[in-house]
Amino acid sequence: MEFKDYYELMGVDKNATQDEIKRAYRKLARKYHPDVSKEKDAEARFKEIGEAYEVLKDPEKRAAYDQLGANWKSGQDFQPPPDWDAGFEFSGGGFTGGDASSYSDFFETLFGQQFKGGGQQYSGGRGFSMQGEDHHAKVLIDLEDAFNGATRSITLHAPQVDEAGHVVTRERTLKVRIPKGVYQGQQIRLSGQGAPGIGGGKQGDLYLEIEFRPHKYYRAEGKDIYLDLPVAPWEAALGAKIKVPTPAGAVDLKIPANSTSGKKMRLKGRGIPGKKPGDLYIILNIALPPADTDKAKELYRKMEQELAFNPRADLGV
Amino acid sequence: MTQEMIGLLLDQEHPLTLGELSRACSMHADWVLELVEEGILEPLNPEVPRLQFSGQNLHRALIVRRLQQDLGVNLSGAALALQLMEEVETLRARLNAMSCR
Repeated sequence: MEFKDYYELMGVDKNATQDEIKRAYRKLARKYHPDVSKEKDAEARFKEIGEAYEVLKDPEKRAAYDQLGANWKSGQDFQPPPDWDAGFEFSGGGFTGGDASSYSDFFETLFGQQFKGGGQQYSGGRGFSMQGEDHHAKVLIDLEDAFNGATRSITLHAPQVDEAGHVVTRERTLKVRIPKGVYQGQQIRLSGQGAPGIGGGKQGDLYLEIEFRPHKYYRAEGKDIYLDLPVAPWEAALGAKIKVPTPAGAVDLKIPANSTSGKKMRLKGRGIPGKKPGDLYIILNIALPPADTDKAKELYRKMEQELAFNPRADLGV
Repeated sequence: MTQEMIGLLLDQEHPLTLGELSRACSMHADWVLELVEEGILEPLNPEVPRLQFSGQNLHRALIVRRLQQDLGVNLSGAALALQLMEEVETLRARLNAMSCR
C-alpha cells in the first residue's frame, strides 16, 4: 500500500491552519470539480483532494495522521504501525463527501473501521423499511442512434457492502434499448435497477442520461442539428443544387446565387425525429480550390484581372 | 445473454413528479421547490404540489446538488454557475465543430 501525503496533495504546509486547509480545499475543489473542470483526470483528482480534506479538516483525524511521522514520502510502501491510533478518540461523524467507497486503501486502512458507513448500516430489522436509493449513470450514444434507435450495453460499477462488511465494487452490464428521437440530456428510467431496498422496501430506480459522442460532421443542440457544409466558390456564386448529408441519408439542397460564407440555411424537420422533429441547419463554408496547376493559376489570374473584386472594401482600404 | 431492457424515456408525455424528482436527487421536496423558486428548474405546469418536470430538470438538479455539497455554494451561486457552464458547453461544442473542419 502506498503512503499518501495529504498535505502535498492539497499543496499546503504541514503547519497550515484549519482555515488555510479549508481555503486550499475550496480552491482545488472548484478547479477539479467534475461538473466544472474539463481536465482529463479531474474526477480522480477531485476524489483525491476530497479524501485529503476529509482527514485534514477534522482535527482528530489530522492529529492521528500527523503522528504517523513526517518521514513518509508520497507513494512509499506503507504499513500502519500496530496500535498506531491508540489513544485517539474519534467522534465519528460521516463523510462530507458522502462516497466513502471511492477513498483509497490507504484511507480505508487508517480510518476505515471507525468511519466506515456512518449512517449506512441498517440492521434490516422489524418495522423499518425504505425504498432503495435511485442511481444515475450516463449512456454514450452516436447521433445516428437517435435517428434509428439502438441497443446499447452499459457497464456499471456500483459500490456494495459484502457479507464481511467491506465495501466492494460490483460490475454489471445492462443492455438498454435507446428509443428513436432521444436527444442530449434526456433521461431514461429503468424501474427497480437502483439500490436494493431496505427491510423489504422497494428497489430504487436507475436513471440513464443520454450523451452524444462528438460527431465528425454534426453538432446537436437540443433536437436541432448543425452541419458546416463546404461549397465551391462557383456553387455559392452562381447557385447550385447539391447533395447534402443528413443522419437519415443524403438530400438535395438548392443554394441560392450570391450566397456568402457563413450563410445559414434550414432544412425543416431534418433534425432529430419525433412528434415535433428538430431542424437541420446548414452553414455554408466556401472552400477554395488550390492553385496547384498552371491551369488553376491561370483561372485565378483571369478572375483577378476581370472581376475587379476588393474583399477589403468594407475596411476602407 | 443479458436481456434487453426497455426503460421509460422521460419526455414531455412522461414527466417526473415532484416526489420522483426529489427521490432521484436524494433530497427533500422542499429543496426541489427552492430550485423552482430560484428559477433553476422549470416545471411543465405551475400547480403546486402536483408539479411535473421534464427529464432535463433532473440533470440540472443533480449538478446543483453536487455544486452545493462539494463546493459549498449557495443556491443563487449554483444557479449562476449552472448558467455559465451551459454557455461554456455550447461554445465548446461550436469550437469543436469549427476545428473539425
